[in-house]
Amino acid sequence: MWGLGYNAALVATGAGLLGAAAGITGSFLVLRKRALVSDAIAHATLPGIALAFLVMVALGGDGRSLAGLLMGSALSAWLGLLCVGWLTHATRLSEDAAIGAVLSVFFGFGILLLTVIQSLNLGRQAGLETFLLGATAGMLYSDALTIAIGGGLATLAALVLRRPMLTAAFDPGYAIATGLDVRRVDLAMMGLVMAITVIGIKIVGLVLIVAMVILPPVTARFWSDRGNRVVLIAGIMGGLTGLVGALISATAPNLPTGPIIVLTGSAGFALSLLIAPRRGLLATVLGQHRYQRQVHLRQGLLALAHGHPVYERFTLRLLIRAGLANPDGTATETGRAAAARALLDESRWQVLRADPAQEIAASHYDGLRPIETVLTPDQIAQIDARLAPRPLT
Amino acid sequence: MQLGLAARDGRIVSTDENKTAPLAVRGLTVTYGEKPALFALDATFEAGVMSAIIGPNGAGKSTLLKAVLGMVSPVSGDIRAYGHPVRDVLDRIAYVPQRASVDWDFPARVIDVVLMGMARELGLLRPIRRAHRDRAMDCLTRVGMEHFADRQIGQLSGGQQQRVFLARALAQEADLYLLDEPFAGVDAATEKTIVAVLKSLRDTGRTVVVVHHDLATVSDYFERALLINTTRIAEGPVADVLTPDTLQATYGGRLAQAQLAQILG
Repeated sequence: MWGLGYNAALVATGAGLLGAAAGITGSFLVLRKRALVSDAIAHATLPGIALAFLVMVALGGDGRSLAGLLMGSALSAWLGLLCVGWLTHATRLSEDAAIGAVLSVFFGFGILLLTVIQSLNLGRQAGLETFLLGATAGMLYSDALTIAIGGGLATLAALVLRRPMLTAAFDPGYAIATGLDVRRVDLAMMGLVMAITVIGIKIVGLVLIVAMVILPPVTARFWSDRGNRVVLIAGIMGGLTGLVGALISATAPNLPTGPIIVLTGSAGFALSLLIAPRRGLLATVLGQHRYQRQVHLRQGLLALAHGHPVYERFTLRLLIRAGLANPDGTATETGRAAAARALLDESRWQVLRADPAQEIAASHYDGLRPIETVLTPDQIAQIDARLAPRPLT
Repeated sequence: MQLGLAARDGRIVSTDENKTAPLAVRGLTVTYGEKPALFALDATFEAGVMSAIIGPNGAGKSTLLKAVLGMVSPVSGDIRAYGHPVRDVLDRIAYVPQRASVDWDFPARVIDVVLMGMARELGLLRPIRRAHRDRAMDCLTRVGMEHFADRQIGQLSGGQQQRVFLARALAQEADLYLLDEPFAGVDAATEKTIVAVLKSLRDTGRTVVVVHHDLATVSDYFERALLINTTRIAEGPVADVLTPDTLQATYGGRLAQAQLAQILG
């Protein structure tokens, strides 16, 4: 692949597939507002890895069978998940507190076990630490295949369950009322994230895998207001992040793959945060400024129409700059015409809003929108007929 | 009726009517921690009628609906819909939760929310077809929201959100409608629209049960009322149930005499 080495191509493919699957399954977790559960899941894998190693060594193996280690990580992650659920459900602890407790206890226990394993001097323990931050140097074809199959299955399951998961995320009470078993849907949702975590820790490491689950959906949310599309965009975003991050890390020796992937995802997030249309920071700030100016102009015009003085300096400055007012605060020729138009528009709106039968049209009223954009000319003529005949200044 | 009901309640109520009533609750007790939200509550909601559940804040009105729908587990009690355990007949029941119970910034359009009402028939994988969309649009038209189908739900006013929730319930094509404070914080036009929709449901034989907080409109909107404050205070036709005694018993000192006079006309 592009003249990369065999290993780099494997890693890029694996990371891309993992990113896509993580983004898709993570979307539901984020929309359910339980993003941090993934952090608890990831940290809870560590004691399982260490215990699996010890068990395999005790049974006479060399303790480094990936399948065995992943099995152990899945078991302890599942146990951590059940602990979070139980603590939240059966005690007065809130979910964030339960997540914090489970995360630190499991992780602490895992680190302790790692230390114990090191002191046992088994001579071949080296390697378990790589699960913390990930390692891709010795990635095998079978590892990439595991990711492809596992990630594919998780994605497929997420697509099958997308309706109940979205309903439960938006309105869990209603979901229960329609007969949905929300507890089981939640469990499935977290089980999928757990599966992604387990197959992903080899590449990204358990400390950083949470970023692959959370970053793509929060990034995707900037670009769409529709649940299905957020999931889709998160999948694409996650895939690209994994692929690009892995390729960047292959450009120089000793660049750690996991952190580079996470930084790539962060860059995508930061960019979206800034430039996304409507929800982005830039669009929000610009929109607020534009809105503020429009409000000031409109209020200034209405003041002029009523013959009131314009008190606010900002308003006056806007009016003058638009050629609607003279520096002394009086209306210019164009200003008088614009003021009369604004007043007429406002009066028409008031008639419309007083009419219960016109409620839908009236709901477009925001103090700025010209009524011509909502009603047809003959509808406006009808309103004008009902306008109290008073002189417009 | 009124307070005298207690005597009648001494007997076991097991008429045929109660066996097949759209909703019958017997001895329902629900607690959050140690404090009961509902205690030994009996209530029967009749078919083809609009009923109000009335009581002060914290009286257990919403809890009653949540217990009926399985969102909270009761300590004790029997709840039956059409003579069956509620879980077996959920497809005949539509629920309109409190508007404030969800996050309206969720990525969904109005039409997506209404389509959620068809979750049971759509299942996991059945594609959403033209017929489903048309039906969803019909439901939106009934609540006067047909022009908002493609709006993001975060852009709606409170009244519009409430109407979308009602449209979602209509999409379920149920027989029993349970609404939790549908008039809370909505504009007058929305309230009128919702009342008209609910009355049309009743006129086509559906049963409507509403958790209601505005005593002044009870007699305009509803035929029957259930007054509760943790336990049942009174149940029956609105005219019989809304009396100074029952209201005093329900609200304690919270209702001034002037308010009472106004409510009772």
